[in-house]
Amino acid sequence: MQFLQLVISGIAQGCIYGLIALGFVLIYKATETVTFAQGELMMLGAFGGLAGMTMIGFPFWLAVLSSIAAMALFGVLLERVVIRPILGQPAFSIVMLTIGIGYVARGLITMIPAIGTETHTLPVPYKDQIWKVGGLILNVEQMVVIGATAVLCALLFALFKYSKLGVAMQASSQNQLAAYYMGIPVKKLNGLAWGLAAAVAAVAGLLLAPITFVHANMGFIGLKAFPAAVVGGFGSLPGAIVGGLIIGIIESLSGFYLPDGFKDTAAYIMVLVMLMVKPNGLFGENLRKKV
Amino acid sequence: MRFIFKTDYAQDIKLAKHGGHIFWYSLLMLAMLVAPWVVAEYWLAQMTFVMIYAIAGLGLMLLAGFTGLFSLGHAAFLGVGAYTQAVLTNAGVPFPVALVGAAALSAAVGFIVGLPALRVKGIYLGMATLSFGFIVEEVLARWESVTGGNAGKHIKAPDVFGWKIETGNEFYFLCLVITVIATLAILNLLRSPTGRAFVAIRDSEISAQSMGIQLSYYKTLSFAISAALAGVAGALYAHKLQFISPEQFNILQSIDLLLMIVIGGLGSVHGAFLGAIFLITMPQVIALVKDYLPPAIGQAPGLQGLVYGVVLVSFVLFEPMGLYGRWLKVRTYLQLFPFYRKGMFKRQKSFQKSDRLR
Repeated sequence: MQFLQLVISGIAQGCIYGLIALGFVLIYKATETVTFAQGELMMLGAFGGLAGMTMIGFPFWLAVLSSIAAMALFGVLLERVVIRPILGQPAFSIVMLTIGIGYVARGLITMIPAIGTETHTLPVPYKDQIWKVGGLILNVEQMVVIGATAVLCALLFALFKYSKLGVAMQASSQNQLAAYYMGIPVKKLNGLAWGLAAAVAAVAGLLLAPITFVHANMGFIGLKAFPAAVVGGFGSLPGAIVGGLIIGIIESLSGFYLPDGFKDTAAYIMVLVMLMVKPNGLFGENLRKKV
Repeated sequence: MRFIFKTDYAQDIKLAKHGGHIFWYSLLMLAMLVAPWVVAEYWLAQMTFVMIYAIAGLGLMLLAGFTGLFSLGHAAFLGVGAYTQAVLTNAGVPFPVALVGAAALSAAVGFIVGLPALRVKGIYLGMATLSFGFIVEEVLARWESVTGGNAGKHIKAPDVFGWKIETGNEFYFLCLVITVIATLAILNLLRSPTGRAFVAIRDSEISAQSMGIQLSYYKTLSFAISAALAGVAGALYAHKLQFISPEQFNILQSIDLLLMIVIGGLGSVHGAFLGAIFLITMPQVIALVKDYLPPAIGQAPGLQGLVYGVVLVSFVLFEPMGLYGRWLKVRTYLQLFPFYRKGMFKRQKSFQKSDRLR
């Protein structure tokens, strides 16, 4: 029973990792850039929700939706203003650029007087509620995380499978040049991919906020999402979620059964093992570049 | 304007290309040698830190700037070097032997970590080193019998076969000697076939492979050398601070190292030094300017991070060759004085080199 309990809390944590990983896999597939600012986007999303609920006084749903919408807009803007001018430069420059964006975001939030340096709780309606199912004690916050992730995944799946936009995005991620020749507005889609990734990050932030707290350094959890993406296979959307779940469960179990110190490093040990055993990840494709 | 007619390959790979180089670098060397008698002790300590960071930067520059790989956990190698040095020195091993030990252990660790990641393309080395960095930080904090855990560890003064180095001036000279050796070693490496292979890999892995360069061998070599230099820097860092603790070698330190070489200028040896100067002087500049800003901005804790971020973003956007690139432009302007054109260093529009496989 305890095992099941641990697995469930692991899944909830894993959903968060998976969602952040989903964000940068989206960006990676669309623009071939690796972003290190995803954690900070998540932090901004959580602060957006906080601002909506406490300062402006929006009701819960309106605050959540407006925060997600605002972040999506922010993502599109970010792509247009900062990322697009240096597309085509070495991947390393773009990585450094996103690290810089992360620094700026964290610095700006910390600079807001009286708010930036504090930790806040997000006043959600389902705070501190518990369900008892059989012998299990389920934390509603965690259940919401799992449920929302499932819904979001279904929505994204439908988007990529059935909508014209999603199919166009798939096409452009497979071969940008060919997609461009077919009349797909690749640049616009790249912007949209950033917007989508930022929106997903905002959802992750809003889901994580009730479990932990809202503070300027919560973005560092984004670093745990890299293991998720590597385990799932960089560049695979289902892989990101599955990788996140695996990392979350392993972390939760190793925190309980293994000595101190393994909880924080389990994800990273997993990455190194994965690179040795199956470097392309669970869902990655093993193709060689042809000249 | 100076024209050099090259008639010989030996002339092409000479370290000092012309008299100007010899003159200016001798002058710099002279200035560094007399610095302890001229500069205040505080600034001498800062210069020592610049040299220590420059050594680590040289290693990272070799990896990121010349081989085109990047490591997000270089602070871990700094940490491995620092703790090895601390353990060996406290056990009474003379400084040079301990330094070689620190470099060798860092290189060996780098070799092991790099081995799986270097087989796959792209950013996987970054992921592996990021993971490794976290693991090392945790190990340093938990392995209390050796590292002293989170309480940290003191390190004795360096002892070069009986010559105890206890004052800041003596240590400054020690760092100066090691920095010069490291710089010359890197410059020498870069003009050798090995260095050329690194650059070829950076420019195109496929064409390098087609020219008969063994990718995995050279990548691993580059990574190991880079880790070894980070180990040396870590050893000096430990001696300079005399006290080390795990949080000095965390992810933020790794990112600082990366930031340093990007701002200094990727792909130039000068960049490692310029970046180190930037990294050390920036907090001082911020501290100076702070007093003149309104307190709401000046006293905010996020100011330093914000400034770093903005500087980094603007360098990547507007001056991808970093401080060294800026200097190149200024130099060219002066050399060609009335004839400098605006578009001379215009970045070429390049189509993105795709890592996609189909």
